[in-house]
Amino acid sequence: MVFLEFEKPLESLYEQLEKIKAVGEEGDIDVSDKVKELENKIKTKTKEIYGNLTGWQKVQLSRHPERPYTLHYIEHMCSKFVELHGDRYYADDKAIVGGIGRLDGMSVMLIGHQKGVNTKMRQYRNFGMANPEGYRKALRLMKLAEKFNMPIVCLIDTPGAFPGLEAEERGQAEAIARNLIEMAQLKVPVVCYVIGEGASGGAIGIGLGDKVFMLENTWYSVISPESCSSILWRSWDHKEEAAEALKLTADHMLHFGLIDEIIKEPLGGAHTDPEKMSKQLKSHIKKEITALLEMEPDERVMKRIDKYANMGQYDIIEED
Amino acid sequence: MGWFKRLKTGIQTATKFKKEAPDGLWYKCKDCNETTTRKELKENVFKCPHCNYHVRIGSHDYFDIIFDGNYTEMFSDIISKDVLNFQDVKKYTDRLSAALSKTDLTDAISVASGKVNKKPLVIAAMDFTFIGGSMGTVVGERISRAIDYCLDERVPLMIISKSGGARMMESAFSLMQMAKTAAKLSLMAKAGVPYLSFMTDPTTGGVTASYAMLGDINFSEPKALIGFAGPRVIKETIKQELPEGFQTSEFLLDHGFLDFIVDRADLKERIAELLLLLDKTYEGEEELEEEKEVVEKR
Repeated sequence: MVFLEFEKPLESLYEQLEKIKAVGEEGDIDVSDKVKELENKIKTKTKEIYGNLTGWQKVQLSRHPERPYTLHYIEHMCSKFVELHGDRYYADDKAIVGGIGRLDGMSVMLIGHQKGVNTKMRQYRNFGMANPEGYRKALRLMKLAEKFNMPIVCLIDTPGAFPGLEAEERGQAEAIARNLIEMAQLKVPVVCYVIGEGASGGAIGIGLGDKVFMLENTWYSVISPESCSSILWRSWDHKEEAAEALKLTADHMLHFGLIDEIIKEPLGGAHTDPEKMSKQLKSHIKKEITALLEMEPDERVMKRIDKYANMGQYDIIEED
Repeated sequence: MGWFKRLKTGIQTATKFKKEAPDGLWYKCKDCNETTTRKELKENVFKCPHCNYHVRIGSHDYFDIIFDGNYTEMFSDIISKDVLNFQDVKKYTDRLSAALSKTDLTDAISVASGKVNKKPLVIAAMDFTFIGGSMGTVVGERISRAIDYCLDERVPLMIISKSGGARMMESAFSLMQMAKTAAKLSLMAKAGVPYLSFMTDPTTGGVTASYAMLGDINFSEPKALIGFAGPRVIKETIKQELPEGFQTSEFLLDHGFLDFIVDRADLKERIAELLLLLDKTYEGEEELEEEKEVVEKR
């Protein structure tokens, strides 16, 4: 298990538990009471820690190295899945994956950012930072879904679109902008879930939908706390403050009316019980898609556009 | 020992008796370092007469250059609200009031309707002097309302982008303006009302990645910086020097993201030309008349 800094009090409790269990297995001393006691302690402590997470701690959790990524969810949710590759123009981006999957008798198009599970794979996946071809692949698959009348599920988990030289040459901005205007008009239901990091244009590039949800320990913002700190404070040391100032947690986003609902995670985060998390996500997706399918396509599109048109709060001054 | 002794020390003129030196009588070009009078610069549509460098100008300068005289400003009553109670080294509200008092503007975009060679057009033009031309809720909302107006009246829309990107102090609200403006533009596309996107120095970040890149026609001024990520960020990522001319208008034209680059002196004529060509009811009266004249002369 990997413990984050604020989880350190848990680490020692887990260590004790392991030791006692080992003693119990070796000899004939009955340790069940002690085990129970420790397990309760862990539960209380976990609740205590997770009950009051700061913005920055949630950012750390969203980046937990053991956190489930898109392909994990797809694997656990779908009885069948065929991954589809390539944007048909330039390349196949490894940081965005997608394909057709079967969700209990319903074919859906699943698209998401993909991070790597170890150092080698993290590099292979470019740390979940997509190039223009990733966004173009996503759009190709969405158009395919529209053609065959399949609902679209987008799973968002990126530290941002890749800021590279070639990404600029191939039109990173155009690729994201194109996705936004096209997603607004898709005739099929689109549901989006922030499953980890939701950073900026890279996130919203596959994030415009009829409904947008966030898992409990994720964040969504116009900029990462680190970059915000470096620009506004002119130093990397203010990321905690930046995370607070940006009001980027799921709670804030729901409060501002920018997302539709928060999906609860198992106590201690999605990584403590990825299977349970997948089940929860699957039933949520099914429920939402079923509800959206009740609507006529044109009505759905109008509602989708209206929803975004109403985002933002401002004042009106009296004209003299 | 000096030859002269100062009898009175310090500055003796009281502030109220000071003579106003006209602010910025001269303009020193950032590109070629030559100096020009402000008057000359203005007469040359704010381009350096020596090297043709296009000086950054504001929304109202563009309105003056493009519209036939009068124009009506719209939606300037919509102003920013600090929903997040945002504070970095400064409070967002302080940044806002500083921008409001420093400029004559009400936010980083101004919308106006007017005519270009007698053809109606709505222009939404951004101002870099207002918090770096950053896109927050007000920018998104004004564009959104401009689109509603254009759809109702079936008038073409032109957006002049000039921005450092999304406004950080409005966090996810500013991010959502990307989705909002793009979603609204999809209605323009569906209705077949033309949208011209004109990019000026600089156009970066969330602005480029939403409405700026979505024009039916994308065009820009020469040598403008246009990109998604800023050059500094890219340099830090790839750890190499960037090639010369990277992320300039010319670079984007070369890579297929712009339809053309236009000199500011020709801007109005080019827009007027496009508005005529995009108008389905245009039958080319002038051309017909010209032809007639030719025939008559024969």
